[in-house]
Amino acid sequence: MSIATDQARVIEGVKAEQWVRIYRRMVMIRQFEEQVNELYTRALMPGLAHLYMGEEAVAVGICEALRQTDYITSTHRGHGHCLAKGASPDRMFAELLGKEAGYCRGKGGSMHIADPATGNLGANAIVGGSAGIATGAALSSKRLGTGQVTVCFFGEGALGQGVLYEVMNLAALWKLPVIYVCENNLYNEYTHYSETTAGDMLARGAAFGVHAESVDGQDVRVVYATAERLVERARRGEGPALLVCNTYRYHGHHVGDINREYYRSKQEEQEWKTKRDPIKNFAEWMIQQKISDAAALEQMQKEVRAEMKAAVEFAIAAPYPKPEEAEQDVYA
Amino acid sequence: MPEMAVRELTFAHAVREALAEEMRRDSRVCIFGEDVAEAGTPFKVLSGLVEEFGRERVLDTPISEAGFTGMGVGAAMTGLRPVVDIMFGDFLTLTMDQLVNQAAKVHYMSGGTWKVPMVLRTTLGATRRSAAQHSQSLHAWLSHVPGLKVAMPSTPYDAKGLLKTAIRDDNPVVFFEDKMMYKLKGPVPEQEYTIPFGVADMKREGEDITIVATSSMVQVALGAAECLEKIGVSAEVIDPRTTWPLDEKTLVESAKKTSRAIVVDEGYGRYGVTGEIASVIAEGAFYSLDAPVKRMGAMHVPIPFSPPLEDVTVPTEQTVFEAARAMCGKG
Repeated sequence: MSIATDQARVIEGVKAEQWVRIYRRMVMIRQFEEQVNELYTRALMPGLAHLYMGEEAVAVGICEALRQTDYITSTHRGHGHCLAKGASPDRMFAELLGKEAGYCRGKGGSMHIADPATGNLGANAIVGGSAGIATGAALSSKRLGTGQVTVCFFGEGALGQGVLYEVMNLAALWKLPVIYVCENNLYNEYTHYSETTAGDMLARGAAFGVHAESVDGQDVRVVYATAERLVERARRGEGPALLVCNTYRYHGHHVGDINREYYRSKQEEQEWKTKRDPIKNFAEWMIQQKISDAAALEQMQKEVRAEMKAAVEFAIAAPYPKPEEAEQDVYA
Repeated sequence: MPEMAVRELTFAHAVREALAEEMRRDSRVCIFGEDVAEAGTPFKVLSGLVEEFGRERVLDTPISEAGFTGMGVGAAMTGLRPVVDIMFGDFLTLTMDQLVNQAAKVHYMSGGTWKVPMVLRTTLGATRRSAAQHSQSLHAWLSHVPGLKVAMPSTPYDAKGLLKTAIRDDNPVVFFEDKMMYKLKGPVPEQEYTIPFGVADMKREGEDITIVATSSMVQVALGAAECLEKIGVSAEVIDPRTTWPLDEKTLVESAKKTSRAIVVDEGYGRYGVTGEIASVIAEGAFYSLDAPVKRMGAMHVPIPFSPPLEDVTVPTEQTVFEAARAMCGKG
């Protein structure tokens, strides 16, 4: 079966309620990030955050193919991954505000959300820093025979890090159930990837015999169908894969990166937002397929917005950790 | 207490025995690193383990220190208890992000939810004629980082007991073995035992001066103490055994008793282990001291190759003896 027909088969087999759930998750991430930006501009959030807006189809499409017990590792731009894997927004916001009720009891913040209950091994603020952890988790799953698969999310900026290739080589040698998901949002912080990335991205995986392919990261249906196939392949013991998802970051490198004209044009941003928005395009398809209608989707947006506002309020009202907790949990 | 059967084992054999016992006890314990399986490492410390435990649990890796150390962190978080082998301590530089930013911080950053029960075994020590990139003692770098524990055995007995403790610890432990000490023999009981971290060991009791020594420098200090005895100076030798956690109490008490202290460690003196320990003693025993605490470490140069050059870069029995004699006003 060709990849295209296999993908079509997967997409065809998805039930309406699953598409609706996928839509809702993407909307949740979008609105979560809108609230984060708001918290930043209102000076309610300590530090900075790296927004995932524009890339929602990647996290949701990939995590939809995972079980709760499967592992992920995430990045500094990780809110989307954590939410897609099942984290709850109230504890996420609490962590972003440095509150005791946060996933890390306020010790991690935006860039380090971790949650054993949803298989989230942690977001990592070192670019490419979680590649070893993800591959090690895959080694555990294989050794212990648990059938778990690990997804290592990273941005195309991590393609410059040597450790990524060290562990890809090992994952291929040992046929580990790990999928390296490269989110190519075009910019390594403030630099276009073409200035930093020589040759062909997929060839980097292929050189190790790692199955490599790329997808339109703005189309959640294709991301999901591809992830489904690669996850099952890994679960069957057929080894690692590299999946490059071509996507776009709507905001700057972080919330404070406002003036971006020196590295990309407003016109470029506008084009991605109007023509290739993953949520808008998916909504149109759902309506066209009669999976849902405009009114129902709008209603869902409203519900999610209310949910996010309540989560923010929970976080704002939540107490800070006590100063004496600074010395807790250095050692297990 | 039943009498313990005691044998003489080499340091390498004691390390191997600790690993074998822990691997028999707990199927989650596994080893990975370069040439750890059939080769048993260049120092032959691991010989025989792959034959008993198989290639599933003793895994030869490519020459990718950062990669397989990072995998150790991930494997430790998800159910294995890896013992990662870094052939020479100098190669720790390649693993630093995985150790410092990942292993050391996972538990804390995750609010105490994830744990990293990983051991990283590596070597230290000069005078093997291995030049500047195979001779360093970099344990101070890791002792500096909250979240890591650092063990530095100085005898076969300590090596076995501390390594078993390291493997059972739920935190990342960096375990330094002096590569010149692998053939050193010493008594090791046949019965099961472990040695807790953060408990210093008095290697020799004395009255006039305390010599705090770590790892490779313990034998040097004991040799110096023998020579001091002959000129009527009674030296106490204290081995902290772990630089973190550090048994400050024992160090301070010994210095209070003898009123003089020298700290000897094979790492560089500046910003190093000797500075930290000297400061602990100075703060804790200030009113009992008859002299400033003296520090002795490696000369502040990259370790040179040529034997007459290399030999002057690290403390020796002779230099420690001279320093102690001068401090005690015996010449």
